[in-house]
Amino acid sequence: MTDLDPVTLAVLKGRLEQIADEMDATLFRSAFNPIIAEARDASHGLYHAGTGDTLVQGKAGLPIFVGAMAFAVRAVIEKSKRQGDLADGDVYIFNDPYDGGTHLSDFKLVRPFFRNGQVFCWLASVGHWHDVGGNVPGNYNPIATECFQEGMLIPPVKLFAKGEIRTDVIDIVTANSRLPNSAYGDLNGQINALDLGVRRLSALLDEYGDDTIDAALTQLRLRAAQLMRANIAELKDGTYSAEDFLDNDGIKDEPLKLALDLKIEGGTMTFDFSRCSPACAGPLNIARSTTIAACYVALKHIFQDVPANAGVLDPISFIIPEGTLLAATAPKPVGGYTETILRMIDTVFVALAQACPDRVNGCAYGTINALSLAGHRKDGRRWVMFSFFGGGHGGHPNGDGLNHGNAPISTATIPPVEILEAAYPVMFTRWALRPDSGGPGRSRGGLGAIYEIELLEEQADVFLFGERGRFAPPGVLGGGAAALNRFTVQRNDGEEETPPMASKWVGIKLAKGERVRLETPGGGGYGPVSERPAAAVKRDIENGYVSKDAAQAVYGVKGAA
Amino acid sequence: MSGRLVIGVDVGGTFTDLFFLDEASGRSWIGKVPSTRGREAIGFLNGVRQGTDDLSQVATVVHGTTVGTNALLERKGGKAGVIATEGFRDVLEMRRRDRPQTWGLWGQFEPVVPRERRVEVAERVLADGTVHQAIDPEEVKVRARDLLALGAQAVAVTFINSYANGQNERIAAEALKSVWPNAYVNISSEILPEIREFERTSTTVLNAYLQPVVADYLDRLEADLNAQGFTGQLLIVQSNGGVMTIETAKARPVRTALSGPAAGVIAAAHIAETAGFPNVVTGDIGGTSFDVSLIASGQTALAAQTAIDFGLVVRTPMIEITTIGAGGGSIASVDRGGLLQVGPESAGAVPGPVCYGQGNDRPTLTDANVVLGRINAERPIGGGLARLDVEAAKAAIAKHIGDPLGLDPVAAAEAIVRVANSRMAGAIRLVSIERGHNPRDFALMPFGGGGALHAGALVKEVGLKAALIPPYPGVTSALGCVIADMRHDFVQTVNRTLEDIDLSAFNSEIARMVEDGERLLDRSNVAFTGRDIHVACDMLYLGQTHTVAVPIHWIKGRALDRTAIRQAFEQKYREIYGRLLDGIAIRVLNLHVALIGRRPKLDLAVLAPSGGSIDDAKQGERPIYVDGRWHDATVYARHRLPVGAILSGPAILEQQDTTIFVEPDLQARVDALGNIIIEPM
Repeated sequence: MTDLDPVTLAVLKGRLEQIADEMDATLFRSAFNPIIAEARDASHGLYHAGTGDTLVQGKAGLPIFVGAMAFAVRAVIEKSKRQGDLADGDVYIFNDPYDGGTHLSDFKLVRPFFRNGQVFCWLASVGHWHDVGGNVPGNYNPIATECFQEGMLIPPVKLFAKGEIRTDVIDIVTANSRLPNSAYGDLNGQINALDLGVRRLSALLDEYGDDTIDAALTQLRLRAAQLMRANIAELKDGTYSAEDFLDNDGIKDEPLKLALDLKIEGGTMTFDFSRCSPACAGPLNIARSTTIAACYVALKHIFQDVPANAGVLDPISFIIPEGTLLAATAPKPVGGYTETILRMIDTVFVALAQACPDRVNGCAYGTINALSLAGHRKDGRRWVMFSFFGGGHGGHPNGDGLNHGNAPISTATIPPVEILEAAYPVMFTRWALRPDSGGPGRSRGGLGAIYEIELLEEQADVFLFGERGRFAPPGVLGGGAAALNRFTVQRNDGEEETPPMASKWVGIKLAKGERVRLETPGGGGYGPVSERPAAAVKRDIENGYVSKDAAQAVYGVKGAA
Repeated sequence: MSGRLVIGVDVGGTFTDLFFLDEASGRSWIGKVPSTRGREAIGFLNGVRQGTDDLSQVATVVHGTTVGTNALLERKGGKAGVIATEGFRDVLEMRRRDRPQTWGLWGQFEPVVPRERRVEVAERVLADGTVHQAIDPEEVKVRARDLLALGAQAVAVTFINSYANGQNERIAAEALKSVWPNAYVNISSEILPEIREFERTSTTVLNAYLQPVVADYLDRLEADLNAQGFTGQLLIVQSNGGVMTIETAKARPVRTALSGPAAGVIAAAHIAETAGFPNVVTGDIGGTSFDVSLIASGQTALAAQTAIDFGLVVRTPMIEITTIGAGGGSIASVDRGGLLQVGPESAGAVPGPVCYGQGNDRPTLTDANVVLGRINAERPIGGGLARLDVEAAKAAIAKHIGDPLGLDPVAAAEAIVRVANSRMAGAIRLVSIERGHNPRDFALMPFGGGGALHAGALVKEVGLKAALIPPYPGVTSALGCVIADMRHDFVQTVNRTLEDIDLSAFNSEIARMVEDGERLLDRSNVAFTGRDIHVACDMLYLGQTHTVAVPIHWIKGRALDRTAIRQAFEQKYREIYGRLLDGIAIRVLNLHVALIGRRPKLDLAVLAPSGGSIDDAKQGERPIYVDGRWHDATVYARHRLPVGAILSGPAILEQQDTTIFVEPDLQARVDALGNIIIEPM
């Protein structure tokens, strides 16, 4: 192995990261669907030739993929070994969530990078496509009991063979989407990103030599592990437990338990999920790979200096028993994976609050609220408005939580009202902060939002896939819980309807002039309410963040006259 | 018209830089005085008086200002109020549902207008421009009085879909006239008639927020100048690199958000093009950051919007400046994984680098440059300190970098510089290679005090053609003020597919914008040498989200047809992405028109040195450390070098406002205009 000086290593770290970042940027710019282009639900990186472990990953992509992509590359490595026909210029495509993590909407492209006839490393691109078939437009089917109801399932197959594109594969994939142009456009963007990665990496290897880059990659992994160990060593040894619940699985109205026993000992961590509920009938299961990726996300929110490198996981072990909802296998539905991992991340924060109180925060709003309104226009054209909504972040040692933030697993921004109204026959009647939704505490949780949408066409079908309708985002270290998620349909006759399964609802028919109203949770509080200064409560009343009644009841502070 | 003197004044955080040009004699000179933070007009006038004692001889003063930028960064704007559509007063605070950092959930955001001063009125326009609910002017007046009672000094009216039809906003503005005590009434459909309510709201509200502060400052400045006998024109540099009149600046202060740096880039474009380098990357190394900007074929790159801080989004065309956290004050550290890092954490100007002796003990990039002999410790730039503490810098580097990495302090210092250079090189690659440009076609033009130390290394690392250091890199922005053109930008959202566009309405919209712009140019009383009209559209394939900025060839009196627009789009799209997407409809989202009044260009030959000789310029030798060993570098007084001089590295060129380092395998020459060109031997 080439000996590498510390300066060259630092320089190469930056150069390698820039390649992954540029691949991200290429796809964001050229993607068709807003979930990638605006919400950045995509990721790119370089992966180990033999193991698929993450070597470098772009900084702008969706946080959850940083842990998940290694599993996707590993699935391709295994497939290509079985076939024994891997060649330079091949590109694999697939969306199998059991091998590759996350859910069917995420299409992965994986490409071997050859040097001198050998695989030097792998490049991969993942992006959330707008529609991949299944029973529900946008693929958040809250009552799926098998993945076949959630969309097409493509195992790793070659999209390019020795540099030749296989248009028959594209035909199959686009024929299974309600939005074939969008799928085709996103696919092209992902191909472009991989092409660019190959060009940039080749140039870097030519400049520094293969041995030097290889040595740098090995070093970077060792140092990532060393950095993570140093972080863990600062925590108090012990076993810390946390429990939280999902409302239900969309099929049977019973809570699902997420329990974590986190053991910290001598610079290592063990995440034990043995006490979680068994696999459920509905789409709240997640694959083991997704579970590990979610733990990585939670840790990186607390230890921000750790890199996107597999070495971070070296000092960490996982106990995820088969048969639990965190180790799903085919064909268990996994479409609602975002809700389950958000809850898992909350349990990590609550558990770590005991080990490092000055580094954590109250839980964030904890549900992405996938809402879809769909119908046909007068001329027969189909329309699908599919969005995720925001909520409050938790209070933290430096201050109150952020109002109306994005989910911790994502850096997605929300589309503007005006873009949505220009594209779909709807009119928003409210887009506002939701008073009293932040959990009380020394640092108050940030506020969730109220979104109210009126239908302008004759009829539409509504689907909602949300959570936190029955179990509110908790505070930490004495901070209170935030408000619950709330969804209502306002009928033309003045009646108000709520979902039978808390925040999951399928096949609601909406007539012209009727409205759906979504009130999202805020974040949990941080520290005891008794330690909040009265002046801060008064300011909250003036700004309408906290109502006078709540100020009196929760904080014991009278509002200004 | 009064006299023949043109003065460019760039008021920065620490210094106010001035560039004086006597158009009659062609003579030019520079000035530098300390800025008077908070009362910038005082420093401004001090500087002007330093350069001339007869203000009646001054024809034009062009001003690049950071008053607006600082008011935004320090949240020191006026008290503004917001009148929004019922149900939407929180748009400003809800942003686009983002957070400041990807990792870590401790983000905070304080909107510039608190919720208390954001009110709603019943009104609604739909996406197609239909008025769904008419507005009641009386309700507007009642709400306006509420805002005034809460102390509001300026007001922003931001209604949903007003980009498609501004009627309700105009009625509200009319109603406000009878209630509002001043002219600070802003309506979003005038400031930015462009789709996306948060970006439009934010831009409009920030304009209102800045108005009391910037207008007050400009009024005072104008009055002070006039009191001194000034009867000429006062012009203000906008973020787009063009100038505007003081009247426009008072109505649109948000356009000054990046006024200072924009002027610098304008100067760089002109200096470099005159020197035979139409393709340039500018690099400004400050205390905490490295700012780069790209100029291709003499054209500065413009960005559609920028965030001055988290959530403070300004959407008006601006010189595109990419910033990374690597400046002279950037702190070097070894992380717990054993990796050397430089920045983004910074010691800033106070306490500053270790060698300043003001209490910081963590080594910075400047400390490394001092230890390596590249900065003259006995003669620091800026004049604030008598000398720099080399030993303290060396001790800090030994402790924090050398010991953990097993390097001696000097090798550790060079390691810091190399890592910092590689980060800066990354920023240059980002704006050049990543945008499809070949770095070998580009020169690097450093400005600000620190850039010239690293220019040579960056030329080598990125593979640039050369580095170009103008005679006065410290006053580049002031020089840019003197040569900036007048520019007015207009935008209107169209949001139709190419097939659905009403071509006659589209063409008359362009004609209207051109007319408005020409009227503004006419009214400015500035003498132009020519005028340019730029028409462009933001276009995309139906279904895409990100637009492509497509320049459209437009000739006065000739209407555009669909084919011309389509061809322009396809050419640009292919240029960026390589392949077209046949069979998918094309959408025109926004129409942009820019009117440019060209101002006379400065003849840069006035800055060229006359006389001098290499021997005269020699100041002696100084040991400097580079490529792992000490060299004896010749030190030259830059301004005593004659035109045509060629020096080989290693060499140090000193001047009042910067230090130039020529690496051992590079050479420096003085071109006919007095620029130093550093290039491979």
